[in-house]
Amino acid sequence: MTDTVVVDPDSHLSQAELAAKHGLTVAGARPGLAAYTRRLWSYRHFISAYANARIVSSFSTTRLGRLWQVLTPLTNAAVYYLIFGVVLNTKADVPNFIAYLCTGLFVFVFSQTAIQGGVQAISGNLGLIRALQFPRACLPIAVTLTQFSNMVASLVVLVGIVLVTGEPVTIQWLIVVPALLLQSVFNAGVAMIVARLGAKLADLKQLIPFIMRTWMYASGVLYSVALFERHLPEWATRVLESNPLLVYIELMRHALLEGAPLASSVPVLWALAAGWALVAGIGGFVYFWLGEQEYGRG
Amino acid sequence: MAERIPTIVADNVHVVYRVHGAGTPGTGSPVAGLRRLVTRSRPPTIREVHAIKGVSFTAYRGEAIGLIGTNGSGKSTLLRAVAGLLPVDRGALYAMGQPSLLGVNAALMNDLSGERNVELGCLAMGMSKAQVRDQTPKIIEFSGINDRGDFSSLPMRTYSSGMAARLRFSIAAAKRHDVLLIDEALATGDAQFRRRSEARVRDLRSDAGTVFLVSHTMASIVDTCERSIWLESGVIRADGPTDEVVKQYEDFAKRK
Repeated sequence: MTDTVVVDPDSHLSQAELAAKHGLTVAGARPGLAAYTRRLWSYRHFISAYANARIVSSFSTTRLGRLWQVLTPLTNAAVYYLIFGVVLNTKADVPNFIAYLCTGLFVFVFSQTAIQGGVQAISGNLGLIRALQFPRACLPIAVTLTQFSNMVASLVVLVGIVLVTGEPVTIQWLIVVPALLLQSVFNAGVAMIVARLGAKLADLKQLIPFIMRTWMYASGVLYSVALFERHLPEWATRVLESNPLLVYIELMRHALLEGAPLASSVPVLWALAAGWALVAGIGGFVYFWLGEQEYGRG
Repeated sequence: MAERIPTIVADNVHVVYRVHGAGTPGTGSPVAGLRRLVTRSRPPTIREVHAIKGVSFTAYRGEAIGLIGTNGSGKSTLLRAVAGLLPVDRGALYAMGQPSLLGVNAALMNDLSGERNVELGCLAMGMSKAQVRDQTPKIIEFSGINDRGDFSSLPMRTYSSGMAARLRFSIAAAKRHDVLLIDEALATGDAQFRRRSEARVRDLRSDAGTVFLVSHTMASIVDTCERSIWLESGVIRADGPTDEVVKQYEDFAKRK
């Protein structure tokens, strides 16, 4: 109605032509992969602030606060020590079993919590997603970052356990840094994959605990990896030995423990660790980006 | 007269919601779930709602547009689509820059202090760290949550709903937007804050932006917007000067 009063030079244009003439873009269109990556980079402070906020808010009603970041892995280690060290007295073929067990456990828990958080990264943040426009990949990455911070706290506990159980400090400890970084990339990739799946399929959240438990048994967390060779056919052992979580656990054991039995040789482990990080990291990112417009719908 | 620059162009926009978990009684039992798996039928818990049915309009720079209509007429859905938060089913929506939606249900983190939420909200809007540092005290001052003691360092869960809404409005209004979409946000807060936020909306408009306002309070539409769009069941019933559209709408509401 107002438009008929004003003499408008654009009045003969169709809506689409009008939009094109003034350089308007389609609202909420998915940017290209390179542009998306750049946007994500410009949101890095948001990612770290959000990851930090999640840690603070998860402990905000507890009395001990962030001390739980250290207490949780410590309690975990104590429980496993009680069961496997005292009650069952498992020694198997591993010299320093408690340190061996805790290393496996903490590395595994890092991936487990990142994946569990990833499933809900979209579905649990619909309010934020429907209110603000930002690259959604921020959310699963922030989940991984939160768990990374927990992992660093676990690592402090782990170093304590390793030292107490009589392992020497060696130059090999430096391996921890690249191993942890590769695992973080892997975790972020998987978190992005499950975030997209979890956004579409709420049932996934119910399944994840079982998937993760199976994965834990397949990763030699609670027993020596030598067990696989003895009880499984050749091909199944090969498959299990290239399991990414087993690879990251083995690397960490190789770094911290003297004389821990390894399933594969060290160069093979590195190749697998880097390969999995690349495949999951890039694959997960692209897969998540492809679904960018779907998040927050319905 | 200067050339009018469009900021939002809507071309025959349709929005369809897929609602999960809207099952009718009796379909949620485990047996029914199993039967669906076997027969491969679609779960009845997913229903489609055709919320916007072919809407076209053009919004220009410096305009404040009121969106009115009865509950469930599709106003909020339209805003979400304009903000790019809901995909358009058919038709197209073009926008200048990134429209920002300011709703009463914009989620902040309830366990964090107001101050941390301001920081997080600003970063999520894409501000740089330096901008955030600069803006945080201003935002807290504008929101007025510190008028009765130091509330900004308390967790958001201790805030009253009015205080939380004020803080959310203040965060979103801190950034200069090409297009700002306000969903019922001005209705919250007391009279003093409403005056302040209406003044802020006028500022934003004079910064050559476009403001969309959804409200059931006709007074705030009449005060802030010179143009209004009346939406009913996902269709535009009227689009024009606010006083005319509001009058038509009120006649319609009375007849009902």
